[in-house]
Amino acid sequence: MTPPISEIWVYLSASPLLGLTITLLAYQGAFWLYRRSGMNPLANPVLIAVTILVLLLTLTATSYETYFAGAQFVHFLLGPATVALAVPLYTQFRRVRSLLLPVLAGLVAGSLTAALSAIAVARLFGASLPTQLSLAPKSVTTPIAMGIAERIGGIPSLTAVLVIITGILGAVGARYIFDAMKLRDPAIRGFAIGVASHGIGTARAFQVSEQAGAFAALAMGLNGALTALLLPLVLSWMQ
Amino acid sequence: MLAALTQLLVFQLLGEVVARWLTLPVPGPVLGMLFLFLALALRGGPGHELQATSQNLLQHLSLLFVPAGAGIMVHLHRVADEWLPLLLSLVISTAATLVVTALVMKLLMPAQAAPGAASGEAP
Repeated sequence: MTPPISEIWVYLSASPLLGLTITLLAYQGAFWLYRRSGMNPLANPVLIAVTILVLLLTLTATSYETYFAGAQFVHFLLGPATVALAVPLYTQFRRVRSLLLPVLAGLVAGSLTAALSAIAVARLFGASLPTQLSLAPKSVTTPIAMGIAERIGGIPSLTAVLVIITGILGAVGARYIFDAMKLRDPAIRGFAIGVASHGIGTARAFQVSEQAGAFAALAMGLNGALTALLLPLVLSWMQ
Repeated sequence: MLAALTQLLVFQLLGEVVARWLTLPVPGPVLGMLFLFLALALRGGPGHELQATSQNLLQHLSLLFVPAGAGIMVHLHRVADEWLPLLLSLVISTAATLVVTALVMKLLMPAQAAPGAASGEAP
């Protein structure tokens, strides 16, 4: 006698197997589309995979906590992957060292632009103060951004959402902006993507070239540290 | 692969411990990246295994953002009240950051550095 399908569902929805498997399936489907599009940035695999998963979880009334119990195994690899960024950084270090001045100046200018322009635009269109402050660290990698939001009076969970949307926007839009600027150097393109849209931008940069990826990784690390140190100071001067 | 993965985890652990110990504003893995970089500089480069494993891991870096990205479903209602100023702010500010960073770098680029040395396409 076979058990009813609902019983199997009860088993599956309580086990981490399902969350892990649908994450990999959704991503591979998304990556297949991305490949088919000729790595078109509009077909960003994070965007597509997240959309598939959110629809799937909503349709099956599965909670995010249940899903994450399985997906955490993928999530965990972000740590070692971040450490692994040291390898391309080392490989590209000769070029990084020869570009020390543009890298540092671009970092400071980009970091301030990311935070201050986000606040300014939000204020202009009438967002509340906690919302403005939640936006300020949006270009920084999630764990740092949430810490900053907490310190400056933003809402950390709102910041987490804004960080992800920023990452996707940068990964999707950067090519069009750089092409319009007639900018070809992969070091500049990679670094600017890393400053503006952290890890999700860095992932996109790696798919295109190792040099762009290495500069994006460098920018992500430096911008995280600089924003954490600088933003609370800048905001206290402004008040 | 196993030895390389172990190495990465050891450096991450080192980063977490130091970040907590000195209460630095930088997450452990970012510090671990710095430590591994220093180790590579001392050792004169990664071995084949570490090179291959990190390349594999980074090739699918975007996969690793998917579980956190799906978390957007829990917090999407926070965006609902003020979605227009939020959207405008994100789009304009992200574009401005890309443009300003790139322009400043381009202006300060040393003259002799041939742009895009060797590699073809860029993001």
